[in-house]
Amino acid sequence: MSNRRNVELVLLVFAWILGILGTLQVGWSTGEGTPPRLWITTAAVALIALVMHLVVRFRATYADPIMLPVGTLLTIFGLIMIYRLDVADARRAELNDAPIPTPDVYSQLTWFAIAGILFCGVLILLRDHRRLQRYTFTFGLLGLLLMVLPLAPVIGTTVNGATLWIRVGTFSFQPAEIAKILLTIFFAGYLVKTRDSLALVRTKVLGVGLPRAKDLGPIVIAWAISLGVLVFQRDLGTSLLFFGLFVSMLYIATQRRSWLFIGFFLFLGGAYFAYSTFGHVQARVTVWIDPWTYADTSGYQIVQSIYGLANGGILGAGLGQGFPNLVPFASTDFIISALGEELGITGIFAILLLYGILIERGLRTAITCRDGFGQLLAAGLSITFALQVFVIVGGVTGLVPLTGLTTPFLSYGGSSLIANWVILALLLRISDRSRRPDLSKVSPDDAMTQVVPRMKQS
Amino acid sequence: MSRQIRRLSFVFALLFVALLVNVTLIQVINAGDYRSRAGNQRVLLAEYDRERGPILVASDPVARSVETGNTLTYLRKYSNGPLYAPVTGFYSLVYGATGLERTENRILNGKADIFAVDRVQQLVSGRQPVGGAVTTTINAAAQKAAYQGLKGKRGAVVAIEPATGRILASVQMPSFDPNRLSNHDPADIRTYYDELEADPDKPLLNRPIVSLNPPGSTFKVVVAAAALASGRFTADSILPGPKTYQLPNSTKELRNWTGKECGPDGKVTLREALAISCNTAFAWLGNELGAAALRDQSEAFGFNNGFEIPLRAATSLFPQDPDAPQTALSAIGQFDVRATALQMAMVMASVGNSGRTMNPYLVQEIRGPDLSILQTTDPSQFADALKPSNSLSLTEMLVNVVENGTGTNARIPGVRVAGKTGTAQTGNDAPSVAWFISFAPAAAPKVAVAVVIEESGAAEVSGNGLAAPIAKAVMEAVLGR
Repeated sequence: MSNRRNVELVLLVFAWILGILGTLQVGWSTGEGTPPRLWITTAAVALIALVMHLVVRFRATYADPIMLPVGTLLTIFGLIMIYRLDVADARRAELNDAPIPTPDVYSQLTWFAIAGILFCGVLILLRDHRRLQRYTFTFGLLGLLLMVLPLAPVIGTTVNGATLWIRVGTFSFQPAEIAKILLTIFFAGYLVKTRDSLALVRTKVLGVGLPRAKDLGPIVIAWAISLGVLVFQRDLGTSLLFFGLFVSMLYIATQRRSWLFIGFFLFLGGAYFAYSTFGHVQARVTVWIDPWTYADTSGYQIVQSIYGLANGGILGAGLGQGFPNLVPFASTDFIISALGEELGITGIFAILLLYGILIERGLRTAITCRDGFGQLLAAGLSITFALQVFVIVGGVTGLVPLTGLTTPFLSYGGSSLIANWVILALLLRISDRSRRPDLSKVSPDDAMTQVVPRMKQS
Repeated sequence: MSRQIRRLSFVFALLFVALLVNVTLIQVINAGDYRSRAGNQRVLLAEYDRERGPILVASDPVARSVETGNTLTYLRKYSNGPLYAPVTGFYSLVYGATGLERTENRILNGKADIFAVDRVQQLVSGRQPVGGAVTTTINAAAQKAAYQGLKGKRGAVVAIEPATGRILASVQMPSFDPNRLSNHDPADIRTYYDELEADPDKPLLNRPIVSLNPPGSTFKVVVAAAALASGRFTADSILPGPKTYQLPNSTKELRNWTGKECGPDGKVTLREALAISCNTAFAWLGNELGAAALRDQSEAFGFNNGFEIPLRAATSLFPQDPDAPQTALSAIGQFDVRATALQMAMVMASVGNSGRTMNPYLVQEIRGPDLSILQTTDPSQFADALKPSNSLSLTEMLVNVVENGTGTNARIPGVRVAGKTGTAQTGNDAPSVAWFISFAPAAAPKVAVAVVIEESGAAEVSGNGLAAPIAKAVMEAVLGR
């Protein structure tokens, strides 16, 4: 049976070539010329991708062939845009006679290499995802610990008002990104055990079966934690992501729509509470409703982002020919607006389509997975992608209030890149398991079956 | 659980559709609105990021872009700014662009469709587009002569090549320095702009093509043309030219500027009436021909029509339905008759060009960034204003004005010059306006000129005294004398 590994290889080569072309275009159109370290960097990208491919080929032979190339292509798009913003920053510094800042693209490339190593490590060391289930509560505890770590003295750091960083020496890290994975594993392990009791229905209200009051515990705890993140770390995005993830997984595990309603009302309550209590939440909402009034102050980012997108139009200004550096945090939170300005709506659609493919492949993996834990884990990990993309892309385009989340694979930042590649490795591991031909049974596809022609009805 | 996952994936698909719709709204539907918002620097930065093409007078770049090394990469420089300001206009961060900078913007910034081939190359190579060049019809010598002549006065000069309609000179005084409106210092730009706005002489007004003045006696050329066209009059026809002309249905009298009769016994030929600018004869003639004939004749010269050269010129006016006394006043270029210098130059150009009124134009060629010619403006006719025989007859009458009449200051030795003086009141007590319009050489004119000087003092001689020498200098410059 064909395992589609060659398809994966061809797609990876395609992504790599796109990367070279994009980098060259940035260099030429900004007048920098052919990027000085083009061959070293593209060789590094090729090496990372090739190693990942080989590990998948030998350690997850039957895994989905699309997800690795999609993740790689998104990472490459991110690298191109980060390089492009480096060029802009260097030029601005030059004009102002300021020292030229260290380029971000090389550190992002280093993070990609580390992410690749971790990706391979997960696939090599974790032969069966069900082994994770054994450590459900360990992961849960670790996850919680990582979540609160930024609040710890000495190592915790506040950046732009949000306390979600830890810093040790020159090394800084966003532990919530890793906590995201650990907590998804925890949710999956926990829910697969307790789903039967959580699905019990005591009363029905308006046709919706409500769970028993004592089973409300977990969702209330998740809700409280999310609010805690919002209150103490002022991190709206992470808070939303966790709660949305938990409610979705709860719904999948229990197959009860009531959890969605309960989750929704808890969200509304929490949102109202946060809005009426916290100035920073209020400010976000005010700016979201009318960014133009605050175009020079708190709405500056979103307004600049919209200007950039509008400047991009249908085909975009062209790589290196827009002004994405006018948007603050262009390489992290606002990388989608930077890409949208230079690649146009065509580029944004393509990128969203790539995410769509990734999420769809992940959810398909969940559906085809044969064990409940794997199913929940794959669904949960895919949902983190979906929620994160929606919240951040919706945020920078003004569809929802702006929250500080990274854009998976694209954004500059090590923690985020590593976390997303580990998620991808886990999804491929589950996918490998679920697509592996079951040797104990003869698949009807492979069996010689008698062809019975359909009879025409007279 | 699969069913729940499918349902959720449907919800996420909907959320993604919402993202796509929202992005479409921003990048496609409302993009134009966002791009034109005041706080959006991108359009401006993009404009200043590419090298804008030059505006050329012959091969001299009178407006060009130079690299600065600032955030705004290119700065617009005008050599001889005030001299060419009515042609180039300015290119301002704060106040947008005017003149050719505005009308030819898409050529100069390289976005016009004729650069499509270049753009494909740019797309492939990723280079920044470079703008095309605009070559004007301006004759540098004529422009400078007019500018020199106007110094210390307030007015405008337009010179046209009669056979083609090419505008050889378009000069105003006072003028302004487009360099100071086109620099990169908004505060300085605003200061200078406010200064110009506050100036009672209105230096920002593009006088040659938008300043409307009563043409006064120069309008008699139009009336004479109408008289010849009617077939009832020739140069030798005898007209009544008394000391005063009683306006019909009115107690008011119209007087000659000399205060005397125009000829013996108050009789005068059309030729002589034009030569000495006899008001009473032309007022009478105006009513003889009727307002409709005057209007038709003036419209054949370009009155009541807005020209785009491609700068938008003000529409010179002949009133719609003047009654008899108003017609008499209109016939001597008063009442509601208004003309730009461009319009009066067109009248003379048409007379010199066998009665063919040409569309005036300012852009000779459009060139690519490599200066290869992409487009050349072809002369086009606007209307037939005179029969060739009548134009010859009128030309002879106008040569007589310069040689024997009121326009003696425009004489050029060895060249037959056709011309007409004029002075007009712009209101009851308002200061008067002096005109001189001419063309030369009379037989096959190379240049037609209109000079208008505002606030000149109230004597008819001022047309000859102030305006004619400037016209003469401009004609000499074109003729190479």
